[in-house]
Amino acid sequence: MSPVLIFVQTLLSGLLTGGLYVQIGIGLSLIFGVMRIINFAHGELMLVGMYLSYALFTIFGIDPFLSLIIVAPVLFFVGAAIERIFIQPVSRAKEENQILLTVGLSLIISNGFLLLFGADYRNVTTSYSGSVFYLGPISLSLPMSLSFLVTLVMTVSLYLFLMKSWTGRAIRATAEDREAAMLIGIDARRMGLIAFGIGTALVGVAGSLLDPIYYIFPGAGGPFTLKAFVVTVLGGMGSITGAMAGGLLLGVAESLGAVYLSSGYKDAIGLLLFLGVLLVKPSGLFGRSRL
Amino acid sequence: MKKDLAILFLALMIMIAVPLWAGEGFLLHFFILLLMNIALGTAWNLIGGFAGQLSLGHAAFFGMGAYAATLAHLRWNLPGWQGIWLGGMLSLLVALMLGWICFRLKGPYFALATIALAEVLRLVAQNWKEMTQGSEGLLILLPLFSHKSQFYYAALFITFVTVLAATLVRHSKLGYYLFAIREDQEAAESLGVNLLGYKLIALLVSAFFTALAGGFYAFYVGFIDPASTLTVERSVEMVLPAIIGGIGTVFGPAVGAVAITGLSEGLRLWFLSAHYLIYGVLVVVVILFMPEGILGSLGMFWRRKRRAPI
Repeated sequence: MSPVLIFVQTLLSGLLTGGLYVQIGIGLSLIFGVMRIINFAHGELMLVGMYLSYALFTIFGIDPFLSLIIVAPVLFFVGAAIERIFIQPVSRAKEENQILLTVGLSLIISNGFLLLFGADYRNVTTSYSGSVFYLGPISLSLPMSLSFLVTLVMTVSLYLFLMKSWTGRAIRATAEDREAAMLIGIDARRMGLIAFGIGTALVGVAGSLLDPIYYIFPGAGGPFTLKAFVVTVLGGMGSITGAMAGGLLLGVAESLGAVYLSSGYKDAIGLLLFLGVLLVKPSGLFGRSRL
Repeated sequence: MKKDLAILFLALMIMIAVPLWAGEGFLLHFFILLLMNIALGTAWNLIGGFAGQLSLGHAAFFGMGAYAATLAHLRWNLPGWQGIWLGGMLSLLVALMLGWICFRLKGPYFALATIALAEVLRLVAQNWKEMTQGSEGLLILLPLFSHKSQFYYAALFITFVTVLAATLVRHSKLGYYLFAIREDQEAAESLGVNLLGYKLIALLVSAFFTALAGGFYAFYVGFIDPASTLTVERSVEMVLPAIIGGIGTVFGPAVGAVAITGLSEGLRLWFLSAHYLIYGVLVVVVILFMPEGILGSLGMFWRRKRRAPI
């Protein structure tokens, strides 16, 4: 393979991975934008999606791409319930306590799965798990490309929902200025609940999408929480469009880094990028518009 | 100040006598773990409690201390204490860089950056196999001491110095500046408190003592790997004593350490590898129902009682 082809191949597979990071990151960014809370249990909520979709596959034989239709609403209610029971009571507490609470939740979820299912690596082997298709000389993973499409559809619908629908506008208004939103009659608490539900549903879907290509184990969530942080900080915290750009950028950076630097340090690239952004432009690489 | 010092020296007297009755078995091991948790919790509390800067990546300093001490011992044949000091110095350097990047920013960036730092170090420890042997870990074949009670007194020394430092900081000008920063950064800044400078000092002191405890851990356990020294769970373990005992109080982390060491050792057999579940439940319960921790809640209770009209 010529160097140019290798580069294009790396770039494209990086974009596909980036799509998944977008799916994971926008939920976190949405939640932060509306509630000003960093959810450290974000990756663990993805884990819930992974296990749910795994269960639907092994028990009922439902394909992970189909079970999205079940996973998304279930995770919406899981997220809404968590918001109501745990997050709402600390909404006025100190930032440290809010963060610690979500850290506690992440420990409970991941270790709960450890207790229930053991530390085994499980996987969902579909007929297409390992299949690739060719664009000329370039090969692309079929499940990754499908997830990219799903992410595309979901982010576009999220964008339209936030821009056009009344609830979406109310969510944006709450993110923009909570007090002002409440003054014109928006129920800011309800918007927080909805945003948390949507954010959880989005990351749950990401869990489903990961199932055919990744291992399912109790520790799978944590690293993705970090990826979600990197994505949101790169894009500017609370910015949806920023999170899209941040996700794709992270995917490409990791993919290029793995090929041209070292595959062992692939996961460190995003984190170094993150520290670099904090040093140079803490408002994120893509301006600071909220939502 | 005098009261706190008196309590500290009284506790020291009691702790000095422990090996006389605890034997050389599990009980003494338990007390060594307890001392380590006290030292780590107190060190974390300096930046997380006093200055209110939530660090969720103190495993970075712990791991640096552990790896520096172990590598100095294995590769350069440095005697134990020198390796432990080396780890402390190294973590000062890293803390300086981290603080300089993060403390100019407001918001949750510090918490995120500390996690990123710990994770980067974990990946380095995992991948730099020629130096660290990756996830195989490093084994110290020649123990530093032959008796457990010697380890106990080493741990007691580190813990005592750490708590003493916290007591002195708490009642010094530095302590008041840190409290001012914690309560209201803008107000403190407008009164001329040097935010960056004081937050940095608190982080440096905290990182240094955390690394000392990390170095001690390496020699005591005799084995380190990335999974036991540089994980998020390790970081959370350092946050817990302060949260449970009373964040920002001098002795809160010690009280919290007693609670979590007892619970986690007592319930470890029950939950096996999932014993972090207990930590999660503890954090959530404390934040929801007792956000000031044990000592904080007691303090409020006393103040209310004293103020109540008779």
